[in-house]
Amino acid sequence: MSEVIVSLQKVNKWYGDFHVLQNIDLNVRRGERIVICGPSGSGKSTMIRCINRLEEHQSGLITVDGVELIHDLKRIEAIRKEVGMVFQHFNLFPHLTVLENLTLGPTWVLKKPLAEAQAIAMKYLERVRIPDQAHKYPGQLSGGQQQRVAIARSLCMSPKVMLFDEPTSALDPEMVKEVLDVMVSLAEETKMTMLCVTHEMGFARKVADRVIFMDRGEIVEENVPELFFGIPQTDRARQFLNQIVH
Amino acid sequence: MSTTTHTDRPALQAPPRVQARLITRLRQSLFQSPASAVLTILTIWLVLMLAPPLAQWLLVKASFQAPDAQACREAGGACWAFIREKYRLILFGAYPHAEQWRPLLATALLVASIVWTATRRLAGLQIVGLWVFTILAVATLMWGGFLGLVFVENTRWGGLPLTLILSTFGIACAFPIGILLALGRRSRMPAIKAMCVAYIELIRGVPLISLLFLSSVMLPLFLPEGLSIDKLLRAQLAIIFFAAAYVAEIVRGGLQAIPKGQYEGAESIGLSYWQQTRKIVLPQALKVVIPPLVSTFIALFKDTSLVVIIGIFDLTQAAKAALSDPAWTGFGVEAYLFIGLIYFVFCYSISRYSRSLERNLKR
Amino acid sequence: MSSHHRAPLKFSWNNPAFRALAYQFVVVGLAALVAYYLVSNTLHNLATRNIATGFAFLEREAGFAIGESLIEYSPSDTYARAILVGLANTLRVSAVALVLATMLGVIVGIARLSSNWLIVRLASAYVELIRNVPLLLQLLIWYAVIGELLPGPKAAFHPLPGIYLSNRGMLMPAVDGPAVAGILWGLVISVLTIVAVGRWQRSSRRRTGAQSRLWPFALMLLLLMPTVGWLLGGREFHLSIPHQSGFNFEGGWALSPELFALLVGLVTYTAGFIAEIVRAGVQSVSHGQWEAAQTLGLPRSRVLRLVILPQALRVIVPPTTSQYLNLVKNSSLAVAIGYPDLVSVVNTVLNQTGQAIEGVLIIMAAFMTVSLTVSLLMNWYNKRIALVER
Repeated sequence: MSEVIVSLQKVNKWYGDFHVLQNIDLNVRRGERIVICGPSGSGKSTMIRCINRLEEHQSGLITVDGVELIHDLKRIEAIRKEVGMVFQHFNLFPHLTVLENLTLGPTWVLKKPLAEAQAIAMKYLERVRIPDQAHKYPGQLSGGQQQRVAIARSLCMSPKVMLFDEPTSALDPEMVKEVLDVMVSLAEETKMTMLCVTHEMGFARKVADRVIFMDRGEIVEENVPELFFGIPQTDRARQFLNQIVH
Repeated sequence: MSTTTHTDRPALQAPPRVQARLITRLRQSLFQSPASAVLTILTIWLVLMLAPPLAQWLLVKASFQAPDAQACREAGGACWAFIREKYRLILFGAYPHAEQWRPLLATALLVASIVWTATRRLAGLQIVGLWVFTILAVATLMWGGFLGLVFVENTRWGGLPLTLILSTFGIACAFPIGILLALGRRSRMPAIKAMCVAYIELIRGVPLISLLFLSSVMLPLFLPEGLSIDKLLRAQLAIIFFAAAYVAEIVRGGLQAIPKGQYEGAESIGLSYWQQTRKIVLPQALKVVIPPLVSTFIALFKDTSLVVIIGIFDLTQAAKAALSDPAWTGFGVEAYLFIGLIYFVFCYSISRYSRSLERNLKR
Repeated sequence: MSSHHRAPLKFSWNNPAFRALAYQFVVVGLAALVAYYLVSNTLHNLATRNIATGFAFLEREAGFAIGESLIEYSPSDTYARAILVGLANTLRVSAVALVLATMLGVIVGIARLSSNWLIVRLASAYVELIRNVPLLLQLLIWYAVIGELLPGPKAAFHPLPGIYLSNRGMLMPAVDGPAVAGILWGLVISVLTIVAVGRWQRSSRRRTGAQSRLWPFALMLLLLMPTVGWLLGGREFHLSIPHQSGFNFEGGWALSPELFALLVGLVTYTAGFIAEIVRAGVQSVSHGQWEAAQTLGLPRSRVLRLVILPQALRVIVPPTTSQYLNLVKNSSLAVAIGYPDLVSVVNTVLNQTGQAIEGVLIIMAAFMTVSLTVSLLMNWYNKRIALVER
């Protein structure tokens, strides 16, 4: 059994009086693919955003690759080098070309020479199948292309864990497939640990090692995809699946 | 892998007491990093250096009551007694002493109307009605001559009411002109568009001072012999034409904000250009532009202080007049601070109202 | 196959083309009539009052002195030269105030976004105070403060060595002498070297990835080179430090109270507005950009410099252009405190010759030219930094 790379123990978070994460316990093993689903407002995005400190948890313990996540800038920066994130709204830097977007992190954070960073960038651009767009600006690309660039940008940092926060929710239907294909190929061709918040159940069935269902701030059910989709154990999960399957 | 379910929910927890003590919060905010700490210490040192002498001058050594200027000067601090002596002159100008309740009432009316327009969502007709009433009431109060009120000619008007009159009437009259200019600028007829663009860019490219000069020296030359306009009207006209250009740009922004679909919808029903504009386009555009219009009004209110330069007796000039009294010289700072306070209170309150209005509109 | 031909211009009210033409005809006609009426009245009135027209008066002797000027001027020069002096003064004040106001505005704008509660409150108080009091009043207050509250030259404020503040204005040390050239050359060479080293550092970072800091080297160079220049220049230069002699000062370089008040007033006023624009600009960059950049591991300062500020700049430039134009126009308020700017000088000329129309036309033409130039420059800069989109 490979070791635990991300661990959340009794993690709690409040927005004012609203208890958005309730006693979350989660252990993610190296190389594991986890899909997190649930109704909106269930805290799924908040949970993964806590892992790279885009949100701050108020109680409990979060550990990434042996480093405990506390209010220490050095530790946060160290963790962020190991954890990559893909956002729902891509968040590409509009004033830089695609290539510059990809080389920004490696040159300034990993302190690589520009030529090496560019080589890495082109390699990942080919992996996401848009090497010819390297010198365009994000504003000139379609949504699906932008999201693929965003995935490549995170990969260029060689993270150990990739977080996906509803990567296809903001895309037009015909572009969802191209992004999911990239994510599937990432899962199948590398040993990347992936935590993915998504509504795309087909993706979960194909790729996930575990499916986690959250509702109202807690992890209600977790299981392998076949069992989760086939025989949901809790009422809430059953209700949710009925609403999704169309 | 095992199935995990959580069927028993733990009791709802309350958020931990994060309201740390004030000290810790202050420390976190003010001393977060070495640079921040240095800035905080520097700022506190600066305040400690400046505050005591300032407080000394403003309050401690200041004389709130003094028999004459000499006693005031010997006290060494600010001479607020000067303000007590002269405040009526500063606020109301040369208006006859006994009748000064009239400009006071007129001021209150104007302020009330402005606040009412800025903070309530009134229909177009209501706004027009309100302002027609206000204009007539203010005119009656200030000029007098009937209803038992003594006639006071407008050369004796001055101070705060005059500043308010110049700015409110300035914007009120500039409003329809500005709308026409904005419509003209968006017109597809080249001659009209060119004339409107030329006017707007010309007026916006020159300082208000030059327009005030222009109107005060050139307007008499434009008129045929025998006809003359008094100084106040010349200044008011300059302010109106100045404001019209800025109002035009704001209204143009509002017109541009209306989606093309609105125009197309109105056209498809068969409405003519003027019907479209009056019934569909303008009502929507004007609702959007109230906040920037309010800030233009505040700017105009401040700009009326420039009429000082052509010798009109507004609030700023009144201060100068008060200073010219040979018995009380050298208290310029006190006089200007007093007026500054009036301007500040007025403009700040309006801008706060306007900001809360914007927030309400956004919801 | 149908032939394609244009419908003939029907002279009918229902033809929109005809209607448009008719409207324009009427409007232009009316405007022309009004203009003719006004011009004829004006000419008539000017004739009856025996006021000359035309710009011949520019050749006449001015006969009045001007307090301060960048170029040589004496009362026996022409009106035209006097007006030029005024224009030079306006441009001088505007240019200096523009630079200082931008610097102050950016600092205060960023201060409003700080996480330090004290700094935020101070910056906000400054902005609110400045924006709600008329500029004219602020100028009058500054002028009154300098004239009334600052001590006389004998007891002048001495905050820093060589700098004196009194009710006669501000005095700063001035330099002259042969070594001055050496110092200036030293400065120029050090600046050029720093730029070159910066370039070299950037390319070396691209090649090897290693990052090194520029500022210690830059500081050293800025101190070293001018000193070398001073040494080479013969070590002899006259630091004219103002010192008290009798009732006044000797030496040094003086800023008149008028210029001082105008500068302080214009700079603090415009900086207040620029601060708001900068704050709004930085806040306009969507939060997702911060998050994405931080997720890559960039520290806060790098995120600001590489990702946020370039985008914020695009939102900041257009309103800042208006503020620059406002500053130039506001410099005309100098007439109220006696600084001899363009409006002030033309006002005097106007009063002396009675040729008001020409005077006002000169003022308006000058301002329009400056406004258009500034607008063009800023528009060009704006286009250059625009985001490339589909």
